[in-house]
Amino acid sequence: MTAPVDHAAVGLSATEALRVRVQRGDGVADYVVPRRANQTVLDVVTEIQRDQDPTLAYRFACRVGMCGSCGMTVNGRPRWTCRTRVAAVAPDGVLTLEPLRNLPVVKDLAVDMEPFFEKWRRAHGYFEPGENPPDDFATVAPSSPARQEVDAGIECINCGVCYAACDLVTWNPDYLGPAALNRAWTLVNDVRDRDRDRLVAVAGDAGCHSCHSHMSCTEHCPKGLSPTFSIAGLKRETGKAALRRFWRRG
Amino acid sequence: MRTATSTAGRTGITRASLRRPGFAAALIHRLSGIALALFLPMHFIALGTALQGADRLESFLGLTHNGFVRTAEWGLVCALAVHMAFGLRVLAIEWLRFRERNALVVSGCLATAFAVGLLFLLSGA
Repeated sequence: MTAPVDHAAVGLSATEALRVRVQRGDGVADYVVPRRANQTVLDVVTEIQRDQDPTLAYRFACRVGMCGSCGMTVNGRPRWTCRTRVAAVAPDGVLTLEPLRNLPVVKDLAVDMEPFFEKWRRAHGYFEPGENPPDDFATVAPSSPARQEVDAGIECINCGVCYAACDLVTWNPDYLGPAALNRAWTLVNDVRDRDRDRLVAVAGDAGCHSCHSHMSCTEHCPKGLSPTFSIAGLKRETGKAALRRFWRRG
Repeated sequence: MRTATSTAGRTGITRASLRRPGFAAALIHRLSGIALALFLPMHFIALGTALQGADRLESFLGLTHNGFVRTAEWGLVCALAVHMAFGLRVLAIEWLRFRERNALVVSGCLATAFAVGLLFLLSGA
C-alpha cells in the first residue's frame, strides 16, 4: 500500500519558473528551473544537476518509489522526492530542499544512512532461522492475527523518512527509530523466526519504550505504514515478557 | 541557474514535524502533568494546616478566596481532565491496539477536558 499521492497538475495560474532553494554545504543556493507537466521534485534536482550545477550532490536509483534512496526534506517535510509532484507541494512556486534530518550529511542533499542501518542491526531487524533448518515449510494462514500484524508493517522501503521525522531520534541519538522497531515487530510476529533476544534488544533505554507516540513517523511514511502502532505492539510484548519473567521468579 | 549563495544557516528544516497533532497531545500531556505535580505539594501544605487546628485551616482557606486562586483552580481542573484524557489515549494506543490516525481523537480529548472545566465553572465552585 502507498500513501495517497496528490496528482495535482500545474495550475493555470502557476508561475512558469520555479524558484528552488537548496541547502548546500556552504549555505543556501538559489536556482530557477522551468515548470513542466507532471514534474516531480526529483526531476527538478536532476535538472539542476545536469543543466546548471554538476557539483550538486544527491542520491536516487529507481525513480518509481521502490528503492527508498531519494528521501529529502521538501519545504520542511521529509518526503520521497521521486513520487512527490512539485505542483502538490509548491503551489506558490518556491521549493526549499534540504537533506533528511537526524542523519549526517555526506554532501548537499545526500545523507549517510549508516546510523539508520546500524540501528536495524541493533534492533535485530534480520530474520534468524535458528540452528537447524525446519523439516518442512511453515504453514502461515494469511488471516492469522500474527500474519496480519506482519502485513501491516512489511512494505517498508528503508527510505529514512520516518527516521528524519522522529523527534525522539533528535532528542536521543541512540534511539533505535521507527523503521528499525517496525521491522523488529514484523519479525516478532514471524512464526519461523528463532531469535530469542529480539525483545531484549528493543526494550532498552533507547528502545520501544522511549516512543512518545508523537506519530510523526505514521504521518510522514510515504508507504502509509504505521510504525507507531508497531512500536505499541513491541511495548505490549516486552511488557508481557517482563510480567512472565517476574511471575516465574516470584 | 544558480544565482547566489547566501550565508550558511538553518532554513527552517523539518520544523513542521513538530506541529503534528500527536506532538501537541504529548506536549499538553506533559505540561499538564507538571502543573499537577506542582500543585500537589501546595495541596499537602493546605491539608497540613488542618493538623494545627480548624482555625488555622480556615485562615489558610481564606487566603484562597480571590480571583487568581479561583482561576488557577479552574485551570487545575482542566489540567487534571486533559491529563486523564491524553493518558487514556496513550493507554488505548499501547494496550488496546487502538489505531488512531488523525487529529480527531486529540481534538476530542481537548474538548472533553474543557467540557469538564466548563461543568466545574457551572457547578458554582
